[in-house]
Amino acid sequence: MKILVCVKQVPDSWAEKKLTPAKVLDRESADAVLNDLDEYAVEEALRIVEANGGAEAGHTITLLSMGPERAQEALRKGLSMGADNALHVKDDALAGSDALTTSRILAEAIKRENPDLILTGTESTDARMSVIPAMLSERLDLPHLSFAGEVHVDVNARTIKSKRMTDEGVEAMESPMPAIVTVIEKINEPRYPSFKGIMAAKKKSISELSLADLGVAPSEVGSSGAWSAVNDFALAPARGAGVKVTDDGNGGGALVEFLAEKRLI
Amino acid sequence: MSGSDIFVFVDHSNGTVAKTASELLTLARSLGEPHAIIAGSAGDFELAKSTLSDFGAKSITLLESSEINNHPSSAIARALADLASTKNPRAILLPSTARGKEIAGRLAVRLEAGIITDAIALSSELVATQSVFGGSTVVHSQVTKGCAIVTIRPNSIEAAPAPASADINSIPVSASITAKITAREPAVRGARPELSEANIIVSGGRGTDGNFAPIEELADVLGAAVGASRAATDAGWYPHSHQVGQTGKTVSPQLYIACGISGAIQHRAGMQTSKTIVVVNKDPEAPIFDIADFGVVGDLFAVAPQATAGIKARKG
Repeated sequence: MKILVCVKQVPDSWAEKKLTPAKVLDRESADAVLNDLDEYAVEEALRIVEANGGAEAGHTITLLSMGPERAQEALRKGLSMGADNALHVKDDALAGSDALTTSRILAEAIKRENPDLILTGTESTDARMSVIPAMLSERLDLPHLSFAGEVHVDVNARTIKSKRMTDEGVEAMESPMPAIVTVIEKINEPRYPSFKGIMAAKKKSISELSLADLGVAPSEVGSSGAWSAVNDFALAPARGAGVKVTDDGNGGGALVEFLAEKRLI
Repeated sequence: MSGSDIFVFVDHSNGTVAKTASELLTLARSLGEPHAIIAGSAGDFELAKSTLSDFGAKSITLLESSEINNHPSSAIARALADLASTKNPRAILLPSTARGKEIAGRLAVRLEAGIITDAIALSSELVATQSVFGGSTVVHSQVTKGCAIVTIRPNSIEAAPAPASADINSIPVSASITAKITAREPAVRGARPELSEANIIVSGGRGTDGNFAPIEELADVLGAAVGASRAATDAGWYPHSHQVGQTGKTVSPQLYIACGISGAIQHRAGMQTSKTIVVVNKDPEAPIFDIADFGVVGDLFAVAPQATAGIKARKG
């Protein structure tokens, strides 16, 4: 079984983010990390392999990322967790690509690999659109098991069962393979890379793919090929700190007074 | 129909229309002629019709299949895309919910149309306003090619009724689906409103030390939803579905009361656009005070119950 995990490098989710004058995310101002939510997908891939006989049984995990040169660091993190190899789609023309283009590029790369199972996180913590997995499902014409809080793969029957966990409740889902599975963060506890894992990752291969490799013209991607554009942006007016009182025994009363004044009760 | 048609995708639960539908129809009326589209069974349709015409839908189309809701999004997206490619609407509006965004993403691919998610406003020129990076930045953006697919964050638009008589259509849909829902356990719904739709949210964090009773009591007296910080859900004190923040839900209620939450960017990112923010925290240095309209430095176990009692007393 070949598992492919889509990952993205993002600014650290605990850091303040901003846009550059070119109206794209400033990727230099904050530490770049492997998207938090993708770690759960990498971890789940490792657990699926472990539950099905491990690497000895011929199962492999390939990471796929589109991004600038430094996105390699995020791939290296996933490799140090235990993935086997990685694909890095890298091309200067891709800067500023929208979700439609990103999903197209990822879909083209996935087609070359022909995986049995594709895992993703629910969203990237920078753009937060949460549309790429559904877009991949359309482009690849593969079933999509979204919001999976539990995944069971039957390698012999080539079926996947998942529990889809949303506000509406829990839905048991079933699908043939290949399929795309989006995992939520409650599915597992991602492992920290071990020292051995980090050393081993240095020797694992990251293959680079260019637009030419994927048969996509540079004019069709990036900001100029996008279906939407940012007109302008501004920092939101800072929320002025309001009234702050210290509880002297009537803190709750003061709170109620404030709500009444604001006509909120 | 004409080039000024605005499609509104209506979310519902067994025919009970989501609050987002009235918000989206109100917005659609300011952009062109609103047309509501709903997927489900004929029975669902009967229940939904009157609400949709109350909010000004010029037509209501049912994508009819008893099976269609047995798949989260692909069958609906296909049927909706087929309808859109014959009617060529100017825009398609969907709620910015998990399901709304899944359908929107699929529509964008099928229609080769641009997509903007999480808009909080949309001008008559279809310029979308988004509040990004935890509310620190306001972005104006626009779809530049194809029909505009825009998902609107719940609670961003104030719904106003405008009754209209709507044409009623029904299109039978065959849901050919490879992934199936085989069983369902609906979420146990308490009396409390759904987090993303609530006008008031009371949230608890690390400071609750696992005891959410004072949070829930304050929420109930206010008719509010209960939220939680990542620290609280990670500790297993409150269900993950209630998590507000960067990796949880983004909410913008009229009133957000944060109790025992320090206010790391992780949390602020999910609630900073709330209209009024009230904070209760023992630590006067907690960063959440920086964005509070009203803050009480004190123990939530004293302040919250006192507030609950005070509100009860006012209500008589």
